[in-house]
Amino acid sequence: MGDVDPAVTALVERLVSERTAELRGEVERLSSELAAMKPRTVSDRATIIVFSGDMDKLMSAFIIASGAVAMGLEASMYFTFWGLAAVKKSTLYSGKSVVEKMLSLMLPGGPDDVPSSNMNMLGMGPMMFKSVMKKHNVETLPDLVKVSQELGVRMIACQMSMGVMGIQREELIDGLEYGGVATYLGDATDSKVTLYI
Amino acid sequence: MAVVELDCKGLNCPMPIVKISRAIKALAIGDRLQVTASDPSFKADVEAWAKRLGHTLVEFSETGGVQSATLEKKVG
Repeated sequence: MGDVDPAVTALVERLVSERTAELRGEVERLSSELAAMKPRTVSDRATIIVFSGDMDKLMSAFIIASGAVAMGLEASMYFTFWGLAAVKKSTLYSGKSVVEKMLSLMLPGGPDDVPSSNMNMLGMGPMMFKSVMKKHNVETLPDLVKVSQELGVRMIACQMSMGVMGIQREELIDGLEYGGVATYLGDATDSKVTLYI
Repeated sequence: MAVVELDCKGLNCPMPIVKISRAIKALAIGDRLQVTASDPSFKADVEAWAKRLGHTLVEFSETGGVQSATLEKKVG
């Protein structure tokens, strides 16, 4: 085989290096796009806003949260307004204004003390439901709160609604986080499941 | 291959799958979990659970209100 013309070799080398530079640029552009998209992809998370303070609705919220963890998802619950009753451990009166004291008197003292959404009948409904639940060995609301905490459900109390309802941090169970709408949206935009209960 | 038994009889939703998800963590891949339950939603729930987490529901049977499911751990 004869020698290849140096001009041809130079041409081939130039074309190859041009094409390589082009491809390298393309790879760089794609990897930076991928890096920008990664924080925006949905992760395996379920997010629940717990607004209601009704026994039956709260039970649903905690069953879904604990079920989500069992299904391999991470779960977050945001307690706001009436829903704060689910994570209340005690009622304090000292250091509160008259209106706050009145609110504390009227609001449920904790998850064992919440009304049902229907057939409450001055508290007779929940009593009946609880006796049926005991007979059927259904977890009560305080049990479900405990199970969810043990499973590592992230629980966040809405600081703003605590202020409105006259609830202090000392009145809520240990292990809670405190946050606002951005905390919720941070998790919600990253969730496959998001519910408002 | 180890076979571990788990009694979920008398438990209601969501406790059977909560207990199963805890129990499967202690197993090695290829091990089996033999679960008994009485919750009427157990069949649908254990099927959905296994499908979602990538484990295999090897066998399911029901006799006199007691359901029995055999799960094989497939992923870590």
